[in-house]
Amino acid sequence: MKLNERSLAFYATCESPADNAGFLYKRGERHTAYHRRWFVLKGNMLFYFEERDSREPVGVIVLEGCNVELCDSAEGFAFAIRFGGSKSRTYVLAAESQADMESWVKSLSRASFDYMRLVVRELEKQLQEMSRGPAGGYAGSREPPGPCKPKPSGLERSRERLAAVPAILPKENGCAVWNNVLGADRLPGASGCGGGHDEEGTPRPPPLPPRRRVSDGEAASAGAAVAQSPSTFWRLHEQYSREVARLRQDWQQRRRGPRP
Amino acid sequence: MRYNERELLSLARQPAEKAAEIRMSVPKKGSVLKKRLVKLVVNFLFYFRTDEAEPIGALLLEHCKITKEEENVFSISFIEEPERKYCFECATEEQCLEWVEALRRASYEFLRRSLIFYRNEIQKMTGKDPLEQYGISEEARFQLGAHRQ
Repeated sequence: MKLNERSLAFYATCESPADNAGFLYKRGERHTAYHRRWFVLKGNMLFYFEERDSREPVGVIVLEGCNVELCDSAEGFAFAIRFGGSKSRTYVLAAESQADMESWVKSLSRASFDYMRLVVRELEKQLQEMSRGPAGGYAGSREPPGPCKPKPSGLERSRERLAAVPAILPKENGCAVWNNVLGADRLPGASGCGGGHDEEGTPRPPPLPPRRRVSDGEAASAGAAVAQSPSTFWRLHEQYSREVARLRQDWQQRRRGPRP
Repeated sequence: MRYNERELLSLARQPAEKAAEIRMSVPKKGSVLKKRLVKLVVNFLFYFRTDEAEPIGALLLEHCKITKEEENVFSISFIEEPERKYCFECATEEQCLEWVEALRRASYEFLRRSLIFYRNEIQKMTGKDPLEQYGISEEARFQLGAHRQ
């Protein structure tokens, strides 16, 4: 069976970040001698090189469907990559320390595409459920708690748009760039925000995207705006940011309680 | 490059996300469009002669570009060799667009970007890292920028 080996070699050696990398000893197939190789894990592909600076991998192990097990063997820090089929080869590898072994076993056992997809679907579901209803209490000031009410069709479209969003993520060097809203290195939550805003004192609004400003009218109608089915990812993103900014201000005010 | 062919063949036999008979050509001189069974499983695209059980070939869909070409046609090329194209001629434009959409989302790297995006969105809205409950929030593959070689 042909494989796009040239592209594989490029993928292995290009600048994209690896999920793990380091020296491991690999036991040979026919002979039980161990060979020290430089291993690079990217996604569900485990590449191995003769040397750390080799230009091309010697080989690759496709990890989809594998199990990773610790070895009982006397050789220190050994572990095995096993596959389901009866005639499948077991890859025995050994690390150079306990810490390395644990790190590799952890990263290899979760390296499958299937696993990643599972986690993504779970988060996608969570996000859709959060944007759908006031169950989390975020919009408590606007809607009564209780079972979710049927939503306008615009919100349905927005949910689908949410699922479609990753296709147009801005990216740099294969990494998502997401820190473009609300000065996002600060997270809302119990640890407190950089900004705060009380009714009487010096207003310190939370950092906002430079082009937009929160206005009460806009924020209050954020729900309605979402229902109008924004046609671009940017608009949807902005709507969420306005909503979150407004809610965060409310939360800050409520947390401070009545002023003396 | 050595690879575990047995496991890859086994993967080719698993239920596909998408499969269809599509006319396909490879980036070789004189290559013509031939009817193939094309099967998408995780981040691999396998292609078979229509009457055979074992694939002729497999494409790992990482760092590739899916281009919509003329009507009913799309192509796959890899970013280091953009002129070498695998061309696919579908039966209908609709089928063609479906495949383009599916293949663009079929890479591990795309999934990773989606995960980072959702993780961040949820964290912004709740103040909590949604991966904590699974005990995987510290894993390299879920961080921006991950592990540098």
